[in-house]
Amino acid sequence: MIKLDNVSKKFGTGVFGLSDITIDVDKGEFLFLVGPSGSGKTTIFRLLIRDTLPTEGTIVIEDWDVVKLPKSQIPHLRKKIGVVFQDLKLLMDRTVFENIMLPLEVVGIKIEEASQKAEDVLAQVGLLEHKEKFPIQLSGGELQRAAIARALVLSPDIILADEATGNLDMATSWEIIKLLSDINEKGTTVVMATHNLDIVKNLSKRVIELEKGRITKDSKSPKSEQKKNGGKDIDKEEQKKDKKEEEKPVDKDKEDKSEDKKEEKK
Amino acid sequence: MRHVKNSWKNIRRSPYQAFAAIMIMTLTFLTISFFTFLLLGSSKIVNFFESKPQVTAFFKNEAKQADIDSLKAGLEASSKVASVKFVSKDEALSIYKEQNKNDPLLLDLVTADILPSSLEISAEKIEDLTSISESLKSSPLVSEVIFQKDVVATLTSWTSALRTIGIVLVVVLSLVSVFIMVTIIGIKISQRKEDIEIMKLIGATSWHIRWPFIYEGVFYGVAGAFIGWLFSSAVLLYSTPFLSSFLKGIPIFPIPYLFFVILLGIEVLIAVILGAFSSFMAVLRYLK
Repeated sequence: MIKLDNVSKKFGTGVFGLSDITIDVDKGEFLFLVGPSGSGKTTIFRLLIRDTLPTEGTIVIEDWDVVKLPKSQIPHLRKKIGVVFQDLKLLMDRTVFENIMLPLEVVGIKIEEASQKAEDVLAQVGLLEHKEKFPIQLSGGELQRAAIARALVLSPDIILADEATGNLDMATSWEIIKLLSDINEKGTTVVMATHNLDIVKNLSKRVIELEKGRITKDSKSPKSEQKKNGGKDIDKEEQKKDKKEEEKPVDKDKEDKSEDKKEEKK
Repeated sequence: MRHVKNSWKNIRRSPYQAFAAIMIMTLTFLTISFFTFLLLGSSKIVNFFESKPQVTAFFKNEAKQADIDSLKAGLEASSKVASVKFVSKDEALSIYKEQNKNDPLLLDLVTADILPSSLEISAEKIEDLTSISESLKSSPLVSEVIFQKDVVATLTSWTSALRTIGIVLVVVLSLVSVFIMVTIIGIKISQRKEDIEIMKLIGATSWHIRWPFIYEGVFYGVAGAFIGWLFSSAVLLYSTPFLSSFLKGIPIFPIPYLFFVILLGIEVLIAVILGAFSSFMAVLRYLK
């Protein structure tokens, strides 16, 4: 589905934003990209939507060779990938509804059909009652959901969520994660970048850790990748993994309980 | 339709820029309209004088009808002359009465006696006028020869000067309006840079982003053309009574309404081209 092969990105300043990244994401997978800021998470997303080009390596999404993609094909690629940007990139002078309509407008779907679709998506993220509000009138969580709705509205095969829980409190973050998991369960591949380790720990999803542009850990890395990293690292990683797997069921229960409570409240 | 809606929103949200763009376009089309009127009008006037009897010979009172007739026959035999028309004293009076029918004071003073009889001679070629008038002047019957070649020549030189000034003015104004439009649309693109970037990131094609700006330019052009046309046509219609008494006898007025419709059509076409061209320039310049 998404295949990055030995991708490096050197910035104009000479600093490597990414070096030798190899990631293979299957269809329908839910993947966390974890790492401190500056570790290259956003750069990976920018590469995936061809907002920037890698210095080396190949990127393949479905059957698109992203690096060699002709300029005229970029819009088609971007329509296949829904992105929740770190800074959301909602249009401030348009209502939530108009923001959600934007991708549909871009594709050129008939107005009635598009409105219906936009309303469906707004209902899915629980923003239907706020549809006539402007972004400035929404809370952080609502803005995040609006951005997710916009990413979802074209029913993309892939959703990239960059720090979708960035400035949110734990409860709201979980709502967002729940929303993304639901989307994932319907078959959409979700890649989420975050530095919030609590969330990652509590979910039994694939995790790729990045640091200074390098992959330091991949919880589902192919064997060839492990060999490259050398013996010690693997041991540590596997130990960590084991620990995590022990922790996970407990955490999962907790999470489920908290989810249940929330639903009861509603 | 969607692009049109978007561009209308853009126009509404920056009324001053829209106003400036429409004003410069109005100015351009006002000039185009006025010079069209002037050029068409003056060429009609030139045509009128060219087709009218170009030499008029007035006879002395004592000239006998028989002598006049033989002179006329002599002229008709000449290959230079297209037609010769004799105007008697009585006919002259009736023409005079017709021309001054609104002015009873002038009519009372004039009788057939004081008006001379005359020959109106139309030449085949404008160059032959001089020789015809010279031969008439030498005749003892003739008191005065009015020679319209000078009028035509003066008018023609005025018309060609007007045409040059008009073309230069229209070209300069069109250039100015194109540059102003490029600047205005450029400002608008810069203002919406963030929006445009977002649109691109969610998969908008370049043309999807360009169309609203192009429609916007076309709108300014067409609005300017329409206002300019409306204003100049109103001025022309308003001054028709004055102009038609000033250009008495020259068949220009009333101006057919079809002329205004055709003028509007041509101006709108030019406006669409100017507007689309300038916004396309802006889009190429600012939306890479």
